[in-house]
Amino acid sequence: MLEIKDLHVKAGDKEILHGINLKVKAGEVHSIMGPNGSGKSTLAQVLAGRESYEVTAGQITYEGKDLLQIAPEDRARLGIFMAFQYPVEIPGVSNTYFLKAALNAIRKERGEEEVDALDFLNLVKEKMELLKIDEKLISRPVNEGFSGGEKKRNEIFQLAVLEPKLAILDETDSGLDIDALKVVAHGVNSLRSKDRAFIVVTHYQRILNYIIPDYVHVLYDGRVVKSGGKQLAIELEKKGYSWLGEETVSAQLVN
Amino acid sequence: MPTETKQIQDLASQEYKYGFYTDIEADSIPAGLNEDVIALISAKKNEPEFMLEWRLKAYRHWLTMKEPKWPNVHYPPIDYQGIVYYSAPKKKDSPKSLDEVDPELLETYRKLGIPLGEQELLAGVAVDAVFDSVSVATTFKEKLAELGIIFCSFSEAVGDHPELVKQYLGSVVPYTDNFFASLNSAVFSDGSFCYIPEGVRCPMELSTYFRINAKNTGQFERTLIIAEKGSYVSYLEGCTAPMRDENQLHAAVVELIAHDDAQIKYSTIQNWYPGDDEGKGGIYNFVTKRGKCLGRNSKISWTQVETGSAITWKYPSCILLGDNSIGEFYSVALTKKRQQADTGTKMIHIGKNTRSTVISKGISAGHGQNTYRGLIKISKSATGARNYTQCDSMLIGDQCGAHTFPYIEIKNSTAQMEHEASTSKIGEDQMFYCQSRGLSAEDAVSMIVNGFCKKVFKELPMEFAVEADRLLSVNLEGSVG
Repeated sequence: MLEIKDLHVKAGDKEILHGINLKVKAGEVHSIMGPNGSGKSTLAQVLAGRESYEVTAGQITYEGKDLLQIAPEDRARLGIFMAFQYPVEIPGVSNTYFLKAALNAIRKERGEEEVDALDFLNLVKEKMELLKIDEKLISRPVNEGFSGGEKKRNEIFQLAVLEPKLAILDETDSGLDIDALKVVAHGVNSLRSKDRAFIVVTHYQRILNYIIPDYVHVLYDGRVVKSGGKQLAIELEKKGYSWLGEETVSAQLVN
Repeated sequence: MPTETKQIQDLASQEYKYGFYTDIEADSIPAGLNEDVIALISAKKNEPEFMLEWRLKAYRHWLTMKEPKWPNVHYPPIDYQGIVYYSAPKKKDSPKSLDEVDPELLETYRKLGIPLGEQELLAGVAVDAVFDSVSVATTFKEKLAELGIIFCSFSEAVGDHPELVKQYLGSVVPYTDNFFASLNSAVFSDGSFCYIPEGVRCPMELSTYFRINAKNTGQFERTLIIAEKGSYVSYLEGCTAPMRDENQLHAAVVELIAHDDAQIKYSTIQNWYPGDDEGKGGIYNFVTKRGKCLGRNSKISWTQVETGSAITWKYPSCILLGDNSIGEFYSVALTKKRQQADTGTKMIHIGKNTRSTVISKGISAGHGQNTYRGLIKISKSATGARNYTQCDSMLIGDQCGAHTFPYIEIKNSTAQMEHEASTSKIGEDQMFYCQSRGLSAEDAVSMIVNGFCKKVFKELPMEFAVEADRLLSVNLEGSVG
């Protein structure tokens, strides 16, 4: 589904990603872990099409298409979704209105009919129950005055309604208490399917107790320094990230 | 190039949809202004003596005045002798019913989305259509008359109800008020007149649709609305003009009078031609609008959506004279291209326990300059007065400007005032968030802007809210790369 080859990315004058390689197949859950400043969020944002990052080398192929040539809204319409680390407030625009417009833009791309108000309402109700979302939340303006936890939950709610093929969670777990985390994880797990892939970007291993990944990749200083199964996450939790740094440095010295 | 930047550059290049011109034979007087011209206008309208006298007093006063320089707008000097002060579509006889109105005119209004023909009248909205200097048609007149409501052109009111005109004309905006109001008082040619009798709730929206058509012509209309005790009226106003390279002056005066327990709701969608990308052409919209809450518990509310004109200079205001009276001002002003707007309100609290609310939303895009200017005045007598003001500005792009000049004068220590202000920018973050959910950049901008204006839009009557929403979207549309 997704293949990243030797991806180099700059923000301003500074190169942040120094050659990332990653393959994600439909149905898989990949976790990208790493310390602060390692480039995890940059990777997520580049996948979603943030234009403030400059791709200087490398390729990203999504379902056979050159993803880097596709505008952010078209990526969304082709089934890519990113749950934001810091969801943005849009005052005065109701959550329902926003989500309906988004869903219809995506359905149009797929050649499906626009949903009418009643069908949309039923869909929304179903997903609200799934994510234990308060009805009041969705009639309020997008993220305006939401608590940190509400914002994160709202992102997963959008994910559930929009049903993307590739979902990227950018540190969705940070700032969530354990109950909210469980709700979010439950939501994600119920959306797992053989047609849908997840990339879970996180700083902490904790969320991976609830969303069990197929693969774990460790990002350190803009490179994937280690890949493995879910046990790698547990190892990281015990040892922290710093030993990886030493390992990378010594590996570089040897080379 | 970041999408936002690209889009902002495209914002300026919008086509103006109402820029067509109707080729119709007109009865125009030569350009220029003097006492003979004023006498000629008055004669053309068969006015009684008191009107001519009033006009001449205004003119003589105007001669002593200077054009105001304090607004935050810039334009070359206006040649007041180069303006045609009267232009009317030629007609054989004055039309007795809508069927006799020149088909060319009906077609013009149909193109503007304002059907006047008997077959296609908008349900629930009575329209007075003002074309250049004259009112060409007024719909639902008879139906309204059954309730005692007078809704007609100003000229007809002068002829048929001179006592009302004499009593109220200039009672809110005197002919000495300001440069443009004095000019209007001298030369105004037509406009709308509404009178709602005691205890009557006007069953439909009353509206006036202003159209400037002829070249080099100024439009100087006057609207007078009187709401008697316990009555209610909702009035709408819309405006468009053809695209021309020259600037045209529109200097109108609106006076509202609300007696005890009466309510007047006045809504405007102003979409005069804004000029081209370089700022050539467009309407100078220099307008004085004021309402007087004369009676106890009366209420006047102004709602305006200002998207057109090269320059807008207007401050729809309320004089809160009656005890417990209420004044409201809800405004959305959008400036793009080279448009300039200096707009806001004055709330003059005189009566006891008077209340006012001001919500102003300014949006600047392209090279637009948007100024909010507002005065809240609490007089010594206004014990228990309250005001809430919120003025927010939104900037789209980095070539535009937003300015806020709030004036507050308080002479009574019991006053309660609240003032909130904010300036925001449509950020790349908001745009990216919307786009990453599948919305196009265009839809994202219009959604964000509409959200920003929501508090004002919800004050508009239903048909107008849809229109306003659409108008903003069209105005902000840009092909996005």
